[in-house]
Amino acid sequence: MPETEHATEQSRHGISRRGLVGGGVAAAGLAAGAFAAGRASAATDDGSAPDARAAYSFRGDHQAGIVTPAQDRLHFAAFDVTTGSRAQLVALLKAWTEAADRMTRGLPAGEIGPTEGDTNLPPDDTGEAIGLSASGLTLTFGFGPGLFRDEKGRDRFGIADRQPAALRTLPHFPGDMLDPEKSYGDLCVQACADDPQVAVHAIRNLARIGFGTVAVRWSQLGFGRTSTTSVSQSTPRNLFGFKDGTANIKSEETQDVEEHVWVGAGDDAKADWLAGGSYLVARRFNMNIEIWDRQTLGDQEDFIGRTKDTGAPLSGGSEFTEPKFSMPGSHGPVIPKDAHIRVVHPDFNDGVRMLRRGYNFVDGSDALGGLNAGLFFIAYVRDPDTHFIPVQNAMAKTDALMEYVKVTGSALFAVPTGIGTDEYVGQSLFERT
Amino acid sequence: MRKPLLVALPATLLLATPLLSACTENTDGGGDSSDPRTVSVTSTDDGCELSSTDAPSGTLTFDVTNEGSKVTEFYLLGSDGLRIVGEIENIGPQLSRQLVVSAPEGSYVTACKPGMKGDGIRGDFTVSKSAEEPSVSADDQQLVDQATKNYQVYVRDQADQLLVATQEFVSDYKAGKDDEARALYPQARMFYERIEPVAESFGDLDPKLDLRETDLEEGQKWTGWHRIEKDLWPESDPSYKTLSTAERATYGDDLLANTRKLDARVQKSTYTVDQIANGARGLLEEVAKSKITGEEENWSHTDLWDFQANVDGARVAFEGVKPIVEQKDPALAKSLTERFAAVQALLDAQKDGDGWTVYTDLSQDEVQQFSNAVNALSEPLSKLTAAVLS
Repeated sequence: MPETEHATEQSRHGISRRGLVGGGVAAAGLAAGAFAAGRASAATDDGSAPDARAAYSFRGDHQAGIVTPAQDRLHFAAFDVTTGSRAQLVALLKAWTEAADRMTRGLPAGEIGPTEGDTNLPPDDTGEAIGLSASGLTLTFGFGPGLFRDEKGRDRFGIADRQPAALRTLPHFPGDMLDPEKSYGDLCVQACADDPQVAVHAIRNLARIGFGTVAVRWSQLGFGRTSTTSVSQSTPRNLFGFKDGTANIKSEETQDVEEHVWVGAGDDAKADWLAGGSYLVARRFNMNIEIWDRQTLGDQEDFIGRTKDTGAPLSGGSEFTEPKFSMPGSHGPVIPKDAHIRVVHPDFNDGVRMLRRGYNFVDGSDALGGLNAGLFFIAYVRDPDTHFIPVQNAMAKTDALMEYVKVTGSALFAVPTGIGTDEYVGQSLFERT
Repeated sequence: MRKPLLVALPATLLLATPLLSACTENTDGGGDSSDPRTVSVTSTDDGCELSSTDAPSGTLTFDVTNEGSKVTEFYLLGSDGLRIVGEIENIGPQLSRQLVVSAPEGSYVTACKPGMKGDGIRGDFTVSKSAEEPSVSADDQQLVDQATKNYQVYVRDQADQLLVATQEFVSDYKAGKDDEARALYPQARMFYERIEPVAESFGDLDPKLDLRETDLEEGQKWTGWHRIEKDLWPESDPSYKTLSTAERATYGDDLLANTRKLDARVQKSTYTVDQIANGARGLLEEVAKSKITGEEENWSHTDLWDFQANVDGARVAFEGVKPIVEQKDPALAKSLTERFAAVQALLDAQKDGDGWTVYTDLSQDEVQQFSNAVNALSEPLSKLTAAVLS
């Protein structure tokens, strides 16, 4: 009975997203029609209230989910293409575009809905997001090297001549202990949302639409963001207990975003379709949590180069004070030579920056009772050959943190630019103009 | 504020009463400022201001804030102004750090050292007798001197033995005596593994000697122990082509030359007491990271030899500083003694002739037992340095 009242109340006021959030699971009892209407109106809400869950447009100049303020939760999936048919692949990209457009507006994945339609048919939406708002869902699609050429270098879908030069399997880095079942992939979808169930719902429904054309190769859940992509956000902590992403590129730094994140027109003549897109580097950093926890506070701070408390660089000030790498300390520089923030700082890496969008993960415990946990690193860069590979090598060679991490997954994808009305994801790659 | 205390204080001091009694006394909300054993220190470029210049004996906390423009340090010195009772380094501008130190009744000197130069800005500090008077031993320094001297002798001896064993190993390997080389390989490596933190401190040599295949950067040349290991145990890589006699000579001579350099450098090295304690912690980390997982000896699976050697090195380091720990934190000394013995008992159970069971023959249950015992030992071991320095 209270549920019905709740529904009536919401219908009368055109169901605000806040109302839905406030209503919580109670809204699960709503009639399905109200569900659809409510979620549609939620998506058009301006989201200006501080606690309102945002909805981000799926279509635009660039794909959403890159400079979008990092949401709290992640479900990332990599797919292998199982068809040899270009037509089927394009049809899937069109179907994914439709479903993604709907889900990011808070609508069910399919047009019929999770509780409507023929009782003799499985519903075209799986239903676990009934009553949940769009929750800031973004779905970001990327193409791996395997989409262009198979293992023997043969053209798979008539697009091999358009493969970006930098889109190759990443080289082996020192300390990599890659699990092939957590690495690589022909396609990827990054689902970010402020509600974990919304992110999982999106991947689940996209995977379902893809059966017969693609198969999930691996997927990764992230339960807490470890970086900040907007100055409006506070800096979160990673599982080492330190603030992470203080020096990340923020969406407000528009010049740096242009310079370091988006592929420019003319960057790669054969792959001009990628202009306005980016490269997505995914790396699964397993942390040696139990060993890390036995390091003294002073050592932990020396490894990172910041204080654990406020995140200030060891050269002083507060979190956003620029580190002074030359400042002398008691034994050599006060920010040690192998401190993480020094090794990866643009000053020591030809000025390159990345836009990081990583997430903390815990996949239960390992066979010996240790936490199977770490940081699922995601970075968007203009060119992995200049913006990622050299930095990762420097880190692997000299970063004190490498003693406490092991990379178990790795993948690289080219992320096409945004799409307009009536376009589909990757259209610039498949339709030659 | 609480975190540094927890890290710096050995377990028994945490169980002592001063913190608790301080809390119950401070009903007026004064916090730590009214705890007579907590002293705020403000260091500036030309000043060193203390909230109090006297305190009752016991565990003192100096809360040092740097309001200057340079990195500063803070010292509590003996009445002679020379003997360091406690120090805290690398306090950056606008940052704070805590020095926690156990101080008996007496006259002391405090010093802030902005820019880390000279004698610092000094002042007198008095500790009066109280019910929490810590026990003191006049021969502390003697124990420290003894520990550092013994450890130095141990490390130098291991390095010398490593060189001798490596010579023999390389000679067999070059001569194609593979069975002999395979038998010597894990034994020679034990000398290296016992002093691994020392060897790793030579950042140019360690990668040439001890890099695993997975540690390589693309295009980097692979040399050292594990390169030869793969050549002697190539079975698990069907595509591997064994090295020619000439190549064997190249890799063997390179290993020997770098080992000779390592030995020469070790003979000139000295150690402080906290480096010894940290070394013990580091050795157990090596066990937990790459031996428990069987990742160290990927081809020969002789991980238990390395495991034993890491434990040997850690135990020697601990036993060296044990007389100090027994004075400062007897419970910690006892717990470490017991837990070293527990790990050793598990290793002894896997003893097989001169060596140990190969790693791949261990059951998951046995690996789990090793892992649990190593975790149990590593936790108190992480408090050893603080106890030694307290």
